[in-house]
Amino acid sequence: MSLEWYLVLSALLFAVGAAGVLLRRSPLVILLCLELMLNAGNLSLLAFSRSLGNEDGQVFALIVMVVAACEVVVGLGLIVAMYRRRLPLNVDELRTLRG
Amino acid sequence: MSPTDFGWLILFFPLAGSIAIALGWRVLPGRTAGWLGTAAIAASFACSIGAFVSLLDRPTEDRQLTARLYDYATSVGLDIDVGILVDPLAVVMCLIVTGVSMLIHLYSVAYLGSDRGYARFFSYLNFFVFSMLLLVLAGNFVLLVVGWAFVGFASYALISFWYRRGTATAAGMKAFVINVVGDVGLVLAAFLIFRELGTFQYLDVFDAVDEHFTVNDGTLVAICLLLLVGAFAKSAQLPLHTWLPDAMEGPTPVSALIHAATMVTAGVYLIARMFPLFELAPTAADIAAFTGLATLLVAASIALVVTDLKRIIAYSTMSQIGYMVVGVSIGAYTAGIFHLMTHAFFKALLFMAAGSVIAAMANRQDIDRMSGFRRALPFTSLLLIIGALALAGFPGTSGFFSKDEILVFAAERGGMYWIFTIGGYFGAFLTAFYAFRIGFRVVAGDPCEEARELEQGHLVHAEPENPATGETEDTDVGYPGPEHHIAERELPMRIAMAVLGFLALFAGVIQIPGVTAGLEHFLEGTFEEAPLFGIHPSDSSAYLGLLVGGLIAIAGISLAYYCYVARPGVTARLRQRLPRVHDFLADKWYFDELIDALVYRPVIGAGRFANDVVERVVVQGIVGGATGAVRELGLLVRGAQSGFIRAYALLVLGGFAALALYFLVVSS
Repeated sequence: MSLEWYLVLSALLFAVGAAGVLLRRSPLVILLCLELMLNAGNLSLLAFSRSLGNEDGQVFALIVMVVAACEVVVGLGLIVAMYRRRLPLNVDELRTLRG
Repeated sequence: MSPTDFGWLILFFPLAGSIAIALGWRVLPGRTAGWLGTAAIAASFACSIGAFVSLLDRPTEDRQLTARLYDYATSVGLDIDVGILVDPLAVVMCLIVTGVSMLIHLYSVAYLGSDRGYARFFSYLNFFVFSMLLLVLAGNFVLLVVGWAFVGFASYALISFWYRRGTATAAGMKAFVINVVGDVGLVLAAFLIFRELGTFQYLDVFDAVDEHFTVNDGTLVAICLLLLVGAFAKSAQLPLHTWLPDAMEGPTPVSALIHAATMVTAGVYLIARMFPLFELAPTAADIAAFTGLATLLVAASIALVVTDLKRIIAYSTMSQIGYMVVGVSIGAYTAGIFHLMTHAFFKALLFMAAGSVIAAMANRQDIDRMSGFRRALPFTSLLLIIGALALAGFPGTSGFFSKDEILVFAAERGGMYWIFTIGGYFGAFLTAFYAFRIGFRVVAGDPCEEARELEQGHLVHAEPENPATGETEDTDVGYPGPEHHIAERELPMRIAMAVLGFLALFAGVIQIPGVTAGLEHFLEGTFEEAPLFGIHPSDSSAYLGLLVGGLIAIAGISLAYYCYVARPGVTARLRQRLPRVHDFLADKWYFDELIDALVYRPVIGAGRFANDVVERVVVQGIVGGATGAVRELGLLVRGAQSGFIRAYALLVLGGFAALALYFLVVSS
């Protein structure tokens, strides 16, 4: 298979993720969509890596996964804390940092 | 023990007493604090006698001894130590300071007996004595400045002793500020001396000054004038004298000790101590002498009309210090120091007697209300008259010999120095008159209400009012204590006054022309190299001076007798016929107003200008403009911070999309 198919799939995944971040209000879903966008990036990294025969891309993908795991830990922790404090689980209502 | 060992002990006892009383005020019962303070000064006095005796054992040319305790600051070219100079002048001053202080402490033991701040008073008083002795014994300019400033602080603390009395705290501040003006002069003089001669040690400076400077060298005259600023502020000479009459707001023993007998003579001591400088700068010495003459005449004229008992004595103090300044400035060192000593005796005595009278008057100080205390207060009246006789220079008393010695010396120098003789004798006439203005007003005449009460055995108690403001005094924190103490009923007061009375009458015997010259022989150890020290009036001119002085004193006393006893209405009529003259004198020659117009108002005006223009417009304009600009800029962009996370995400995504599009377009 040629490189284009991978890139198209990656672009689609990224678009789905971005649309989710922009449209959904639940922080949990926003977090999931962020993961989707990261994995879209991973997919294109791996595709380029295989097509160019260079392993650097795979290393980058691993690092992105580590970062993503950390991000999920922090994000899920925040969401649990918000739930426990009976804060609304709706990003549009969490506007305390308004200027 | 060597004289310097005694010197250190002289300093040690008052400092230890001050600290001990300050720390132990809570546990010292009754009058213990007073006796402790008196004992400390008595020990110091004993050490002064020890230093005196051990100096006498040495030959005259070997009587200047220095000692250092430790090095205070050592650096390249700078060597400051905590060191003292014990020489005849310092020892004479120590004897006067500790002796008179001891008696005034003794007097205060009883006089302040009912004051709430009893221990505080004695702690301050001991600290004052320590500071004064430090000033006197200092062996270099640095320690002199330290003692000088300590003395100013002690004076401030004691003038403001009754701290709930508005007039007293204001007077304390006034004294402190004017004294600091003097301190600045002294410090600048020390700097100039160091720049020129490279040392702060007295003896090194005095040795080097002859070779370094020619007569009337400009720098040397500047140094001497700066020293004089310090001396005039401390000694209340024109035009820095206005604090001294106000300082009478403090307790009477403070007026006796600090503002009559010791502290105010520090300027005289300074001029005498710096004689090698002043002899090389005759211009500065003459300026000092003329200032002294002006002060003695101005102060004496004011003392003729003031009605506050303590203020009359304060003006007479200024006047007498004027004599001393004239004396030490024209080279009559012995006579100046001699007058300093006798003045300390009779002026302390006058203040003590005044304190007793004021207590009997329930703390009223207006002499127009006083009369006829001779039966009610026989002891006080007797001592008051003795003090007034010595002040007037009545033949045979101590003031008679000391004052005339200065004036005869001035005549001996001839030329323009005759002005001092003539002015001094005129001042002596005024002195005799106002001395007995006090004496006759208090002692003679029909007994006033308070005196009659006292004759029947009752001491008047009244709610005292502050004469300046009309407010009732707050006796709770001290002023002047719920009970009053008069010499007739308190043994310590009687002893102190009796000893001073004896000295005021007979201290003149150490220096009678042609008979004795004890003080002069002793002071030779300090002044032997001073050319002017060698000038001696002949015996015949000295006796002529004494004759003139005695006649003038008797004339002044007679005039006072005529005005206040024989024809009591005469002064009131004179006052009505010459209201302008009276007001001019009663308003103290408008010196307060002059300083107000020349110093206070311009400074306040400059401050107001700085506040209104520099601070409000310039400083606040720059600072306020900068903060305002930042604030306005922030207001412009704060709308972007909506708080909508999804809006931020859209912005990020849109931004990246726009960037990607841009690069695509550019690269294709």
